[in-house]
Amino acid sequence: MLEEKALPAGGERLDAPVPRPRRGRLSPTVRARAIGTIAVTLFVVAWEGVVRLGQVNPLFTSSPTRIVATFIRMLHEGVLGKDIRVSGTEFLIGYGLAVVVGILLGVAMGWYRDVAAALQPFVSALYSTPRIALVPLFIIWLGIGIWSKVAVVFLVAVFQVLISTEAGVRAADESLIRTARSFGARDRQIFSTIVLPGAVPFLIAGLRLGLGQALVGIVVGELYAATAGIGYEIAVAGETFQTDRVFVGIVILASAAIVLMWALRQWELRFESWKPQRRA
Amino acid sequence: MGPKLEAINVTVRYENPRTGVTTLALDRCSVGVQSGEFLAIVGPSGCGKTTFLYCLDGLLPLTEGRILVDGRPVVSPGRDRAVVFQSPSLLPWRTVLRNVTYGLELQGTPLPEAIARARQMISLVGLDGFERYHPSELSGGMQQRVNLARALVMDAEVILLDEPFAALDAQTREFMQAELMRIWQETRRTAVFITHQINEAIYLADRVVVYSARPGRVKSIIPVGFPRPRELRVKRTPEFLALEDHIWGLIEEEVRTTLGSAAHA
Repeated sequence: MLEEKALPAGGERLDAPVPRPRRGRLSPTVRARAIGTIAVTLFVVAWEGVVRLGQVNPLFTSSPTRIVATFIRMLHEGVLGKDIRVSGTEFLIGYGLAVVVGILLGVAMGWYRDVAAALQPFVSALYSTPRIALVPLFIIWLGIGIWSKVAVVFLVAVFQVLISTEAGVRAADESLIRTARSFGARDRQIFSTIVLPGAVPFLIAGLRLGLGQALVGIVVGELYAATAGIGYEIAVAGETFQTDRVFVGIVILASAAIVLMWALRQWELRFESWKPQRRA
Repeated sequence: MGPKLEAINVTVRYENPRTGVTTLALDRCSVGVQSGEFLAIVGPSGCGKTTFLYCLDGLLPLTEGRILVDGRPVVSPGRDRAVVFQSPSLLPWRTVLRNVTYGLELQGTPLPEAIARARQMISLVGLDGFERYHPSELSGGMQQRVNLARALVMDAEVILLDEPFAALDAQTREFMQAELMRIWQETRRTAVFITHQINEAIYLADRVVVYSARPGRVKSIIPVGFPRPRELRVKRTPEFLALEDHIWGLIEEEVRTTLGSAAHA
């Protein structure tokens, strides 16, 4: 630990260390996690309870056990595997393209003023349009297969990534650039050693915003017109009052979102080791 | 032998791009620094000291005049000079060690060699054991040591320091001055040190250049004769205080003139 090390002459003090939790008590993170788990468990039990006690009609509310049972049945039917595969493919291609294109254009717009001037009108116009409104166009152009959904996912996610990346590149620290120049750095070196690393936190924030949008894009696209996919399954089940199947779709989407967000957060932490710890 | 570093009639004029108003920041400043000499520049705030230092490094273009290192004109930053900036300006995502190697890496020094040299320099500035820390984990004084090490590791013949201790508290500042003295004694580079603190200038320098208020002109050059190595307590001797008083008198005149003209304007 820092404070145990002999400090150099000058009697300098490091920033005050965070007080450690007292012995016998849970650390704030563990405590928060425990409370969260208990709350979720109580919610699930209460949900199941009101249905079992006949307080509400499961036709409308379904129930945790019915959702699990339906999930297993759908797996055996073989529909679910196909749906997950289709939605997953749409997400991977659409979001992947959005990340690549968003980063490349964002970096170009942040670094070259002329590129920014040329693209800014398009970005502003498309970013302000509710892009979901373009879904019918994509169906006309690309049909009801996966490609119209890939296009929707791409278009809703790409701007979040692009705008965050551009902001990150723009936010490059002037004093660091001056330091690099005084060491005789060339533009290319300034870009790779100062501008890009400095933009990473912004970039990851953009990836997270884009991820949320991408999941919305899949569902809306599939609700509108599709032949398979989680969103399609939800739409069909909804129209035929199969509440259990609707909930299975919702749970799958929510789980996917949680896992993906968690993965991004882990990645963010690796890059963030140099930042002062944020205390929740 | 000519001076190591020479500024001849350095003039810098700024134009505010919005209003079109030009400001004269530096007016025909001429200073020569001998090899191995420690020169301090003091002056009222806003007198263009930092501008002058950036000119010496080649970071800012001169409107008129010339800057020579060993008789060769300076047009851009070069390997013969290194700057210690006022803010530590450390790369937050790099460790102490890799911050110190940063300048060497930019100049194409192979990484193993850069790391070996950086380790020596980190040790010289008293940061042994902190190689793997990130800047956010260090105090202001320690960050400034890293900043110093990063400039010193370049082995530049001339080292330019821009108020490096200005942001530190009074005690840390005193210790850092003594540390800088010790390090300079060991490495014996030619040094130009900008400050607004008169006793810091006298304590460190062989000669103190006093600048006038804006536009910056060389008002006076005062030799400091105290023998080296100097201890911090030299600051409490009557000779030191008399010199400090004399320089303060020169600067006070400047400040009064500026304040006076501002009051009449």
